[in-house]
Amino acid sequence: MDYQFHFGDIWAARDELAWGTLLTLELSALSMVISLFIAVFGALAATSGPRWLRAVVSAYVEVIRNTPFLVQIYLIFFGLPAVGVRLEANTCALLAMVLNGSAYTIEIVRAGIEAIPLGQVEAATALGLHRLSVFRLVVLPQALRAIFAPLGSQFILLMLNSSVVSVISADELTAAAQDVQGRTFRAFEAYLVATGIYLALSLMFSGVFAGIHRAAFGRLVKR
Amino acid sequence: MRTLTFGDFLYLLEAARWTVLLSVLAFIGGGLIGLGIALLRVSPRRAASWFAIGYIRLFQGTPLLLQLFLVFFGADMLGFPLGAWVSAVLGLSLNAGAFLGEIWRGAIQSVSPGQSEAARALGLHYVPRMLRVVLPQALRVATAPTVGFMVNLVKSTSLAAIIGFVELTRAGQQLNNATFRPFLIFGTVAAIYFVLCWPLTIASRRLEARLGAAYRR
Repeated sequence: MDYQFHFGDIWAARDELAWGTLLTLELSALSMVISLFIAVFGALAATSGPRWLRAVVSAYVEVIRNTPFLVQIYLIFFGLPAVGVRLEANTCALLAMVLNGSAYTIEIVRAGIEAIPLGQVEAATALGLHRLSVFRLVVLPQALRAIFAPLGSQFILLMLNSSVVSVISADELTAAAQDVQGRTFRAFEAYLVATGIYLALSLMFSGVFAGIHRAAFGRLVKR
Repeated sequence: MRTLTFGDFLYLLEAARWTVLLSVLAFIGGGLIGLGIALLRVSPRRAASWFAIGYIRLFQGTPLLLQLFLVFFGADMLGFPLGAWVSAVLGLSLNAGAFLGEIWRGAIQSVSPGQSEAARALGLHYVPRMLRVVLPQALRVATAPTVGFMVNLVKSTSLAAIIGFVELTRAGQQLNNATFRPFLIFGTVAAIYFVLCWPLTIASRRLEARLGAAYRR
């Protein structure tokens, strides 16, 4: 192999890559928070809503989970302007990530709620606890423990998936790497550095989430 | 800009064949790599299991799109350009290998160690022990998540469109550029993916329910 690696051009573009990384984190965090908000209502609707609402939620979840993210992005990016809605690329990206992420998050939260045996709620009610206290003291802590780890993995998945929004030129990390390679013709180096950044982020987040999980729920697990 | 014709929908269906073929090839490639990774992962040799852990972490911790880019541009750089088609098959196989490896490792470890010990006590060597005792029992546990992963794999093939391979998503993009009917075209594209994926989702769910019932007994 007589190829010479040149990381000089990539180093020169470090600011652009850093901004890209920041936007990747922003998009991921924002879409995670919004999805989680939607998911709480979605999961409540899916577990205890009227029949038609359950059907709507489950249709949404099934359609999103059985079609590619890229096609969903194209539908939003090309579809919205066709009906007269013009959004910035980054807003489109956020919208696509929320739309996609919510379906998966609804499933996680639903599973968390369903994991709590009904007997616990009945027992707490029989002990004279108020409905709100039952939720706060019995349901919520257990549901949180059940969904924390899958939510952490979902966040990392969302972050890795966000690389796909580079196709609509949202300027996150992958798009930044594409931009750098277009300017310098150092495609392999640019993508190698971007990949390294993603890997570092996902390893860091999985470490942090595991730490929080131990700190917050370790006590509950041991007893 | 031109109008959309019936032939255009046939074009999408024809492009869907490439999606199916890409999924099948990546599943075969990923299956072979995944089996190797799973066996290395459960190996008592430290170096082997560390290698497998590293492989899984690397491919599960980075975006598939960048893995495809690295294969595509990396091969170019090394002086043997693979083209979009081979790059897509190779990239998707390497990625699927990590996920299948992790699923199958869990399945292998779910088989009670007593089974393996008994087989060893009966004088079975590694290959027949794995092939005739451990793997058939692991298969039962592995089937549902493996079928579930196939849904992901079919969806992942859409990323091959970005490195320029004309499969279903790319075909939809070309049609959209020519006719600009995004809802109709990408709606149809999404519907075709749904038809491919949903039966797998249902099958995976049924298999899981059946396995769960078998274990509750």
